[in-house]
Amino acid sequence: MDLAGLLAFNVLTGIATLILITLGLGVIYGMMRIINLAHGEFMMLGAYTAVMASGAGVNIWIAMLVLPPLVVGLIGLILERTVIRFLYGRMMDTMLATWGISLGLIGLITTLYGNVVRGVSTPVGSFDIGRYGASLYSLVILVTALSALAAMFLLLRFTKFGLILRATMQNPRMAAALGVQPSRIYMATFALGAALAGLAGGVLAPISGVSPAMGAAYIARAFITVLGGGPAIITGTGLASTLFGAINELVSFKTTPVIGDVALLTAAILLIRVLPQGITGRYLRRSL
Amino acid sequence: MNPALPARRASALGFAATLALGLAILFGAPHVLDTFGLVQCTGFAALAMFGLSQGFVWGFAGVMSFGQAAFLGLGGYAYAVSVINMGDSSIPVLLSILVPMAFAGLLGYFMFYGRISDAYIGVITLTVSVILFQLVNATSGSQYRIGTAELGGFNGIPAIPALNAPFHPDEPLDFDGIWYAAMGALILVYGFLRAVLAARLGRVIVAIRENEVRAQLIGYDPRLYKLIAFMLAAGVAGLAGCLYANWGGFISPTVFALPMSAQVIIYVLVGGLGTLVGPMLGAVLIQALIIAAGSQTVVDSNLGLGLVLVGFVLLVPQGLLPVARSAALRLVDRVRDPRPGKAADTLATESAR
Amino acid sequence: MSTGSIDRRGALKLALSAAAGAVAMPFVSRTGLAAEPIKLGSLLDGSGALGLEGKRMIETTEYAVDLLNKAGGLLGRPIQLIAYDTQSSMQLYTQYAQQLALKDKVDVIQGGITSASREAIRPIFGRSRTLYFYNTQYEGGVCDRNVFCTGSTPAQTVNHIVDYALKHWGKKAYIIAADYNYGHITASWMTKFMKDGGGSVLGTDFFPLDVTNFSSAISRIQQAQPDLVLSALVGANHSGFYRQWDAAGMKSKIPVGSSVFGLGDELTTMDPSTTNGIVTCYGWYNNLDTPATKAFVSGMQAKFGADVTDLSELDTATYDGIMLWAEAVKKAGSIERDKVIAALEGGLSIESPTGKVTMDGATHHTIRNTYLAEPENRTWKILATFPDSFPADTAGACDLLKNPRTNKQFTPDLKG
Repeated sequence: MDLAGLLAFNVLTGIATLILITLGLGVIYGMMRIINLAHGEFMMLGAYTAVMASGAGVNIWIAMLVLPPLVVGLIGLILERTVIRFLYGRMMDTMLATWGISLGLIGLITTLYGNVVRGVSTPVGSFDIGRYGASLYSLVILVTALSALAAMFLLLRFTKFGLILRATMQNPRMAAALGVQPSRIYMATFALGAALAGLAGGVLAPISGVSPAMGAAYIARAFITVLGGGPAIITGTGLASTLFGAINELVSFKTTPVIGDVALLTAAILLIRVLPQGITGRYLRRSL
Repeated sequence: MNPALPARRASALGFAATLALGLAILFGAPHVLDTFGLVQCTGFAALAMFGLSQGFVWGFAGVMSFGQAAFLGLGGYAYAVSVINMGDSSIPVLLSILVPMAFAGLLGYFMFYGRISDAYIGVITLTVSVILFQLVNATSGSQYRIGTAELGGFNGIPAIPALNAPFHPDEPLDFDGIWYAAMGALILVYGFLRAVLAARLGRVIVAIRENEVRAQLIGYDPRLYKLIAFMLAAGVAGLAGCLYANWGGFISPTVFALPMSAQVIIYVLVGGLGTLVGPMLGAVLIQALIIAAGSQTVVDSNLGLGLVLVGFVLLVPQGLLPVARSAALRLVDRVRDPRPGKAADTLATESAR
Repeated sequence: MSTGSIDRRGALKLALSAAAGAVAMPFVSRTGLAAEPIKLGSLLDGSGALGLEGKRMIETTEYAVDLLNKAGGLLGRPIQLIAYDTQSSMQLYTQYAQQLALKDKVDVIQGGITSASREAIRPIFGRSRTLYFYNTQYEGGVCDRNVFCTGSTPAQTVNHIVDYALKHWGKKAYIIAADYNYGHITASWMTKFMKDGGGSVLGTDFFPLDVTNFSSAISRIQQAQPDLVLSALVGANHSGFYRQWDAAGMKSKIPVGSSVFGLGDELTTMDPSTTNGIVTCYGWYNNLDTPATKAFVSGMQAKFGADVTDLSELDTATYDGIMLWAEAVKKAGSIERDKVIAALEGGLSIESPTGKVTMDGATHHTIRNTYLAEPENRTWKILATFPDSFPADTAGACDLLKNPRTNKQFTPDLKG
């Protein structure tokens, strides 16, 4: 019984982690149809921000939850202005350019800070599920992921900005005719996606090693989850993360983390084969 | 006058020039270079062939494979495992081509016949190569073996027997011999792909890239032709993997990893998308850059690669070779005819794709 | 300030005497400038997943070559260091190994960190007949006339960890290890030592080097309820295990012993609460209370800055490798491979930071002191000393004096 509790808790944490690492990518892909291959490196930058800030004596919660999205959002904004905006409408070229950005960021951070693994300690302790111990920090991840998802939903559903975003996504020309500048919206969206990636990096920094190449570990999982989720950003990310996160955790527990990862990726490929437009391309099409 | 004519003639001329240059390098290198230089060039030849594979499937069939390393790795491992078991290298070389082709056949059928769109194909191929990497990486321990060959997991397979004279396992090739095999194979594969492109099959493949719906209306099944192109490219990548394993006598799961797939895309992009010579050129150029970067420690080599990639996407999206070629043609044109020529422009746009 | 300079001078003197032995030729380097240099090749990862460990090893290599050159070089010739950064990439190991052997034609190669890298380059140097020193604590068993291993091996270290665990913690162990040959072979030794000591192993899990999330692994361990955990996790990504183990509150419940923990900068970058009490056993610790250790540490700090506080056995073994080779060259009066091998097989010893280090001719491994220690608030607390440990694991199967043509790596037999 205790074991089932621990396992359920782990599955929830796994799902929350997947939501966190996927959401930023999902926003950029859903809104702009850009597959941002630098997503993992945006996370890496967020993690570095957290490590640097907490090392400089900033309160750990601010260092993890506030600064990373701000810093990485700003970096995303700059990259959008200098590189991405020239490539709208050229899907392959944006993929390649973001891949270049990804390599460049790895190289830049390696050159600046060296290829070493840093870490910050988890700021909270542990609790017991029956006779098993579990990390309280998992709860932090859970809460952050759900808050981020909810905040995105509120933003898209109830604010004017969200309305304009959705309009631009559906029909950029019509939106432009109505006085919206699509390029402004794309800029904001890209920065928002980057900020979400930064948040994910900041929150995950205490439980994973922080190194220049850490992004690579997340990238395949994040992509395939976004594609599996389909066009509706919030529902898609939520559903696909739940499905794949649960598969990953359960298989990992039964076998090894490697087989768990392989199971996740294989399940996602099969899903895309059956539903080429992702889950929300077929079901719940009117959702956000 | 048919504006395509000079372009076609230039293309035939280019083919002849490339062949001549290739043969000159093939026979000249052993006289000019020392053993180390020759070994180095053997590695370049293997990677150039890998570039050829990506250049063909992406540039001519329009299939954006982000996981071409999967086939390189499969070819390398197929060779390593079978040559350790058999001793003689003749059949293993064939297997290194056939195993990746068969795998590409399955994967391609799954993708192309599953109405999966272009961008998704990129992500699926990438994911498949990640899966292969993780699986092979997790095969440490003596329980993972095929016949007498231990897969070795992260460590890879060391001391892979080199190529030997066909069906004479007791006559292994020396450094010179492996060079002739690698470079010779590269020239042959280049010629083969040129022939494919000149034949009806190749023209249909290119036509589908240009306009899939129109090709379908004329009566060609795009799925089938994409599948064929995908399999051919996989076979070429597999042979490259075999040469790669011969070059160092060693193979490890890193051949499946993301950086490998990324590198080959950069080869094609830098050399020139829509050409066959470009990717080979790009391979040598980028590889030399990476090696040069290893002997300095000031700047991480990834930074350079990243900047090269972004720079090329933004500024020279068609790659070096087409730019150089159209510049040369324009020059020739201007010498012949003082008015700005149209032929060069046609070619430039044609190869820019 | 003044004590610092005395220390430094003392360090230099000591290191010099260690390096130069009785041969005092202080001005040879000046007169010998015209002499053709002896080439020493180095292959180490200055960046990438192993960059942390490799950086210090590269510095140690420079330090040792400097010492030798200041003492007049070898045989009246200066030593030229040719070093490549392999960037934690197997492809670059192959590439640069061929470059060192075929193009630079070096006289000796010192390097390789992971066992994977060693196995990738070992055949290349065997083919080119270039003498090769592998200077890392590792899983043991390499038996190759061309190769000398100066680091400690499981029979010198892991058995002490297991003994300590059986005595103080309990009989039931859970093993977690890196998923490559080092982890697999070390896990086999751990299992063997546990069983020999009357204990049992409840489970063994292997993790590829890129795994960072250990939550499912920690759940599995909890489910098995062992008395102790033995870890052979390697590298930067795996350090996440110790953080997550601490975060899950397991630290106070199940003790951990490790065969690799603390070789990098774990002690300086992790919280003391995470590192304290993890029992390790190596051939050297940087706070050993001996003059030679102090000389080595202060010498390195004088050359590379005061922040060199994370030196480990990887570095002294690198130092030992170069000094053993230098001693053998002097004894042989030649840099020819076969003469140097003969000198090394003759039972050569040097004084190293860890104490006396003797090359065992039959196994090409070292007889050396090892120490058991655990971290205590960012320094090592030495728990026990094991003088003159013999590489019994390799010696169980390997005798290069009798069978010089052997060329393989022996692995432990668990059936016995």
